[in-house]
Formats: sequence, structure tokens, C-alpha cells
Amino acid sequence: MAFASLEDFFFDSKGKSIDLFSSKPRKILLGNLVDQKQLIDEVLVSIFKGPHSYTGEDTVEISCHGSVFIQQQVLAILQRRGLRLAGPGEFTMRAFLNGKLDLSQAEAVGDLIAAEHGRAHQAAIQQLRGGYTLTIQHLRQQLIDFASLLELELDFAEEDVEFANREKLLNLVEVLLGEIRQLQMGFNAGNVLKNGIPVLIAGKPNVGKSTLLNALLNEDKAIVSEIAGTTRDVIEDHLVIDGLRFRFMDTAGIRQTDDTIERIGVERTMHYASKASIIVYLCDPDQSDADSLAVELEHIRKSSNNHDAPLIPVINKSDCYNETELHYRYQSVNNVVLISARTGFKLDELKSELVSTALLLTGSESELLVTNARHAESLRKAAMALEKVLHGMRLQLSTDLLAFELKDAIRNLGEITGEVYTDDLLGNIFSKFCIGK
Amino acid sequence: MQFPDYDVIVVGAGHAGCEAAAAAANMGSRVLLMTMNMQTIAQMSCNPAMGGIAKGQIVREIDAMGGYSGIVSDRSALQFRMLNRSKGPAMWSPRTQNDRMLFAAEWRKLLEQTPNVDFWQDMAVGLHVEHNRLAGVITSMGLTFRCKAVVLTNGTFLNGIIHIGEKQFGGGRTGEKAATGITEQLVQFGFESGRMKTGTPPRIDGRSLDYTKMEVQEGDENPGKFSYKDTPRISKQRPCHITYTNEQVHDILRTGFEQSPMFTGRIQGLGPRYCPSIEDKISRFSDRDRHQLFVEPEGWDTVEIYVNGFSSSLPEDVQYRALRLIPGFENCKMFRPGYAIEYDYFPPVQLKHSLETKLMEGLFFAGQINGTTGYEEAACQGLMAGINAHRKVNAQAPVVLDRSDAYIGVLIDDLITKGTDEPYRMFTSRAEFRTLLRQDNADIRLTPLGYEIGLADEARFQAVKAKTIDYQLVMKKLGDTSIEPSEVNPWLEILGTDPIRQKLKMVSILGRPQVDLKSMIEKLPTVQSLVDQLNVSVDALEQAEINIKYAGYIERELELASKMNRLEHVRLPIDLDYLAIPSLSMEARQKLNQLKPETLGQASRISGVNPADISVLMVFIGR
Repeated sequence: MAFASLEDFFFDSKGKSIDLFSSKPRKILLGNLVDQKQLIDEVLVSIFKGPHSYTGEDTVEISCHGSVFIQQQVLAILQRRGLRLAGPGEFTMRAFLNGKLDLSQAEAVGDLIAAEHGRAHQAAIQQLRGGYTLTIQHLRQQLIDFASLLELELDFAEEDVEFANREKLLNLVEVLLGEIRQLQMGFNAGNVLKNGIPVLIAGKPNVGKSTLLNALLNEDKAIVSEIAGTTRDVIEDHLVIDGLRFRFMDTAGIRQTDDTIERIGVERTMHYASKASIIVYLCDPDQSDADSLAVELEHIRKSSNNHDAPLIPVINKSDCYNETELHYRYQSVNNVVLISARTGFKLDELKSELVSTALLLTGSESELLVTNARHAESLRKAAMALEKVLHGMRLQLSTDLLAFELKDAIRNLGEITGEVYTDDLLGNIFSKFCIGK
Repeated sequence: MQFPDYDVIVVGAGHAGCEAAAAAANMGSRVLLMTMNMQTIAQMSCNPAMGGIAKGQIVREIDAMGGYSGIVSDRSALQFRMLNRSKGPAMWSPRTQNDRMLFAAEWRKLLEQTPNVDFWQDMAVGLHVEHNRLAGVITSMGLTFRCKAVVLTNGTFLNGIIHIGEKQFGGGRTGEKAATGITEQLVQFGFESGRMKTGTPPRIDGRSLDYTKMEVQEGDENPGKFSYKDTPRISKQRPCHITYTNEQVHDILRTGFEQSPMFTGRIQGLGPRYCPSIEDKISRFSDRDRHQLFVEPEGWDTVEIYVNGFSSSLPEDVQYRALRLIPGFENCKMFRPGYAIEYDYFPPVQLKHSLETKLMEGLFFAGQINGTTGYEEAACQGLMAGINAHRKVNAQAPVVLDRSDAYIGVLIDDLITKGTDEPYRMFTSRAEFRTLLRQDNADIRLTPLGYEIGLADEARFQAVKAKTIDYQLVMKKLGDTSIEPSEVNPWLEILGTDPIRQKLKMVSILGRPQVDLKSMIEKLPTVQSLVDQLNVSVDALEQAEINIKYAGYIERELELASKMNRLEHVRLPIDLDYLAIPSLSMEARQKLNQLKPETLGQASRISGVNPADISVLMVFIGR
């Protein structure tokens, strides 16, 4: 399975498919991951042949470049090819079951897994705050009610029990499918949220971009100096405001320059600007007016080719000016925010502007976002099972076969909420229906 | 006296005790079956029926292993029905109405024909222990019988109390006295005991009923049977009848609520939710204006009638007045009122999967003493306890069925890993692999094992071998042979399913929901001649058909089962201190420490132990 999964996916530099089956074990191969004729990444592939691997099974390790985007692409493609994500501790479990770990080794791994736990626990709490586990519990409960009715038909067929109204069941499954699809759509938006909403801080050199970043983060992450052009690389950091995670990118100032390194910095800024979800454009009132600001905003839109990301024009150093006068000066530019990065003046206004802009992007707070890839997979499987229920009802399959798919859906939703199902059904039956001769 | 040292002593001769004695004896142990009354061996204390949904599968499994319940049921059947015929084959459930007296007589006959079984009528009052080891059984006559293993199947007799209205008296069954001494001694040894409750409806004089006012429920036109052996198929059948309670009946019953031992709190034991008394149904489901009753004959040669659905412990005059308001019962005469009975049980988490107690080596429990209800549930535990008592005596490893092997495996695993606080009955929904655990393949699943351990006989084993070869051959032939559109399309059109464009393998046609093998053979000459050539049994054809039509579901369950079984065979040390594993959740630590599961698979089924806990456990134990 491991080797076959890279078939027609992993190619050498000449574009020839690499056959892992005939490759030497414990070798690292350089090549390209190509999907649908599109290059995904240049990667290193390590080959382990069972039983000489961690788990004892044939294993392939792909080392790709450190981009979350690439990792997710690779995972998505592998999943399309029929692979699934490992469960928690699954590699160690397999290693153990295959006799590759003895007690002392296993204990060492145990510590690692325990550490993972703490994090997994926190993640679960976060998700609870995010609220979709509650929605899933609710969906699952409806399915359990539905499944109980079917089980009632099966286990108490001889008795005077009510039958599950197929019409109602059909409607319920359709509604549930709709809700699950909604959650699935929320997965992409949720992913952005989880990794941080990319916010680019742009502007001319020395308008105080790094100072703004530091002010937002309350720490001296970016180097601040009086010399224009100090920030030549892109500095990133995360900040949670009102429960939303932002990924701020401080960039080199935008100007025509002969300095090669600085020019690369500017190009990079434009590259990031093209990927940003929000652009904060900072300007210095000493050096600009409404017209020049409008031109600069136009410029960054065009050069970055990013016409979707909301632009927030921000006037720095506003503590040195009369507020009314500044507003008057920039009145032709929409939604200008006045701040002082150095003193922190009106920084809160910028933060709340960021939050409301972000919420417009990701949907309102009440919308539910799935951020965990494993959960997204469970949702996908649950949806698949429910599709089969619909299909089965159209074919008039017998109740036990419908129940089979339904339980599959319940099991998958339960994997998200951490609940197991069997007793739920019987408990539900006993509490709701008069049964027993 | 006359008695030698026994290998196994079975205390109690109900469904569990009889199976236990027969199994151990047939495997070669010297067995003593001890009962308080030789006249009441294998009584059907409650309803005169065997099998039913999930229970019928168990009877088939007992039979496939080489037990006797299926044979006895077939020989004493009044009526046979295959329940749930309209559902998938996993749901088909055989059920018989039985002649209660004939059932007991057939059991006794079979036991008397088993050379290794001795009988003794006496009450067991305690275990004989020597040097902290179980060494025999002490009786009320003051005798000590020596043995190496004991199977306790005391049913409802341990400190049994019968309730009828405000009256209560000691008894293990109506007209029979309770058993004392055993509970007290076991508690002294450190066992934990509890109380449970069950009930039974009144018995009625059939001559006083007007059946014209009831619905008739006939047996199947082509009756089947339980046993895979050549037991007789019944040629004539007795019908049951259906009638209903009404608001007037409920009103009368309510007048007795003040004197009900259930509602006044005199009964402390928990009763089964799925087998409630009529007063329970009325009070819990007050919106229902009627409840269904099944009027079941107790035998060929008796007028006694069992009123299924009218279990009650209300005062006898209230029962009587209420009954007379039921259509068809206007002039009814009672033989005896319904009653409730409370009895001791031992929470089954104190057992190993072999049904041997964790506390005392050589001591096995089976049946209601473990908190179950039902003849079939009791019988299958008796069978397994008998098998494992014999193997214990012979220093052989216990036989434990997996959840994916048999309903018996599900039942015992549920009892041991989850325990139960109400009488436990089997349901198909308790089995996660019910598509695998069908009544039609119990022999394929279990007879080879029964044969291997020396219980199922040679004839059974050869029959299964032949059936397996035959059905696989049928599957292969149907998979290899194509059929022409011209032959099959007119028929497919009649069935309302899409015609085929080019020739297609027969299995693909059979896979369609609208198609079944029997009609295929009737309608399509090519299929008919192919099947005729193969010349196999109806059972083999059915087996092939089910395996083809449900292949997708069967495969998926097999996959789930093999995933689960990998955990099932990872053993956990019995002395593992779970409290000392900090990465387990608190609840998991406590539950695991209390229940001490034998395998990782069992641990995973304990409520409160989540999948992450299992991963942690996995790395904490060695192989």
C-alpha cells in the first residue's frame, strides 16, 4: 500500500515514474511529486521495507518543503488515492502489534504520546469553544433516534411497535447531509483560521510598519531603526484577537531601489501581498495626502494582483496631529484608521477593524468551522454513509442494511465527539418505546 | 456412599445446568447433576417458547457447538416461525412454541442417555473448600460430594422471594422452595452479590377462552427447525392467538397499584426494561390505550394457556378482574396468578471470559446467577461453562468465543466487561457484527470448533465440510458463468430492473435487490441446468446466495472484525496498576483498575475508556 500510493505521483528529474518496489530499501530518493501534470514539490522520499521499519510494515516517508500549503496538498492527494490519516498513536500501535517495540522502547514512546495528549486535549477544548462538536453531538443524537427506530423494527418486530416513517427518515437524512456539508465547507475557512488569517502590513519605507507589528505583539520581534529599509525579509508572527488567530507579516517597505537585497525584499512583499487575506496599508502623514495614498493603494493592488483582500488604510503618527484635521485630509479614502504605533494610540480601533474584517471573510462568529483534518475526514465518511442510506431507501433495502450504514455514520460522528454508540441505541429504545411482551 | 469423586458437579438443572452437564460429560468428564427436584429438570418457568430474534441465533449456535437445546426444542415444538423474514438474512430468527412438559421430558431423556452424567436430588447449601481450594459441594442432607470443578446455575432460587400483591413468601419458582446458604458463603469468600427481579404472567384455563374474538397467529407454512442434525420437522402445528388490553383493563389494574410490590418499594431488585410487567407498561406509557397480548398454548395435551405480555405482581383478584375485561377472556378461569420474583445474582464482572470466577479457581457461574434472563442466554452460558469446567479439570486452555464468532461471544463479553444491573437479554443490536452472526451459518462458524474440542460429533463435522465445499462451488460457478441478454432481459423487465446490454456473469444478476436465487433457477433455464448439474443441498444454495447478495456488507464487517481482533489478542497483565499510569484519563484509570480486563480489546469496550487511553495502554505493556 505504502509503495503503491506513490505510483504515478513520484517522478525523477527526467519525468520518469520511480518504481519504489524495485528500489533499494533504506535509501533516500530525490524527485518530484506531480499530480495531474502539476508539480507539487521537489521532495526526498525515504523507503523502508518491512519488517525493517518502525512499524514493521512497508513505509514511505516524504520530506517536503516546510510549507503548510504543500503538506496539505500532499495529504489531500494521498487521501484521494485511498489513504487515510493515522489515528492517534497508530504508528506505535502498529509497531507494537508487529512486535517491533519491546517494553522499554514502548515506554519511551509512551511519554511522547502522553505529551501529544495534552495538546490533543487542549485542541479538543478549543474545538468545544469553536462549538462544532456540540453541533455534531446534536446531529449524532438525531441519528441515534433514527437508528433506534430502525433497531426497534428489527429487534422487536414481533411486537406492537410503531414503525419508522420512511418519509420522515428521508427528510431527516437529507437535512443532516446538508448540515454536514455545511461543516465540510467550513473546513477550508476553518483551516485558514487555525493557521492564522494572513495579514500583510505594507507601506513605504520607514512609515513604522515594524513598530506597528511590535506594538501589536507587545514584543521587540522586528528590528526597529531610523534607517529606512531595515526590514528586508518578511517577519511573521501570530496574534489572537477576540479569539481569532491572525498571522501578521511585516515586510520591506515598498519603493524603487538599487539595493539588490532590498529589491528582493520588495518583490517578496508583493508575493506575500498576493497571498494575504487582509492588507494593512500604513502611511506617514508627514509624507502623504489623500491623493498619494490612493495611488499607493492602487499600486499595491496591481503589483500584487490581489484584488480580493480587503485593504485597511492606516494613518500612523496621528497622535502628533489634530484628529479632525487628519480625518478631513483623508476624507476621500474609505475607512481610514488613525493610530500611533509608537504610543499605542487607538491601536484598539485597528484591532477591532481587523476582527470585523476577518469575520466578514470567514463568516460570522456563529458559523461553525472545522479545523481538524481528522475531523474533516470523519465528516466525509459520515456523509458517505448517509448517502448510502438515501440510496438504500430508494432501492427499498431492508431495514438491517439501512441500519448498517446509519451506524457507520454514527460511528464516524462519534469519532469526533469521542463517544461510542452501541449502548446508546438500546438505552434510547428502552426509554422511549413500550416494548416487551 | 455410592458416590465417586467427580470431575464436575453442576448445581441446578435448568437450561444452563442441563447444557453444562451434557457438555462436560460428552467431552469426557465424570459429571454429577444436582437438583432440588428431579421432577422439574429443564422447566420452562416462563413462556413456552424457544428462540426468537437474536435468541434463535443463539439456539442455532448452541446446536452447532454440539449442545442439546436445539434438538430438545425441535422434538417438543408445537409451532415454528422464522421471524423477520422480510428483513435481510442476518435478521432471520427461528422461534418455536413448545410443549412445556415434552420439552422437560426430552431433556431428561437426553441426559439419561448420557453415560457420564449421574443425578442427585438434594439442595446444595455450600461449597466444600480444602486448603483454600474448591474441593466439592455440601448438601442440605449433610453430604459432601468431592469434585474438581463446580458449575453453579441456581437460576432464581438463591434467596428467592415471590411477590403477589402484598403477599410475599420464600420460593425459587411457584410451588418450589428457595435455596439458601450459597450466597452467604460466597459473600464470606469475598464475592459481591446483588438482587434482581423478574416476573411471569398468569396461567389460564384454555377451555374458558373465546378464541373467535382473537386474531389467529399460525406457524410457518414450511416450518424449519433449530438443529443442524436430522431432528424431525413438525408436520402439524398449533396456532397462537393475539388479543389486546383496553382502557377498562388498565383502570382495573390501576386499582391494585397501591398494593403493588413494585410501586410500594417492597421489591428492591431491578427488573428488565424490555420485559416489563403490565402495570409497568401502563404507568410508564400512559398514553397508550392498549397493549398487545399473545395467547400461547402450553402443550399438545393440556388446556393450560400462557398469557404473554401480562406479566404482573398485582394482587391475584385484581389480575383476575382485569383479565376478564380482555376480549376473549370474559369467562376466563385462572390456574395461577402471575407473580414477581426477586433473587440473588453475582455481578458478572467477577468472572473471566471462561465463566470461571476470578476469586475461586474451578468455580464457574452460568445463567441467571450472572444477571441474565432468558432460556437461550442461560443455556449458552451453561454450554460454555460446561466446556470450560471440563477443560479446567484437564488443564487445557479455556474456549472463548470472540464477538465476531458468535452471539454467545457477544453475550459473555458484554457480561464480563460491562456487567449488568438489569436482567440481560440478547438483542441483535448488541452485536456489532450481526451480518456475520447469522442463523444460517452458525454451523460454519462453530461446528469445526465444537468438533475440535470433542463436543460436536463426526457426523456434524462432515456435514459442515460438505456444505462449505458445496456452497463455495455454487459461488464459483455463478461467478464463472455468463448469461445472455436474450435469456435474462424479458424477466428483468418484469421485475422492473434494467436490462443488460451484453452477456453478464450470473452473480451480477443475483446481486440485484429485486432478484433471488430461487426465482432465477425457476425462470432461467441456463441457471437451472447449472444448478441441477451441481446437485447440492438447499442449505448450500441458500448459503451461496446470502454470501453473494450481501458480499459488500460481509466484507466490511470482516474488515472491522479483523481490526478489532488485533486488539482482542493483546493480553493485559492481570496485576497492572492502572492508577500508576498518569497519561490515562482519570475515569479510565479507575474503571480499568476495577474491572481488570484480560485483553486490550475488552479494555476498549469499557465505558469511559476512550481510544486514546487504548493507545497509551498499548505502549505500556510488553508482549
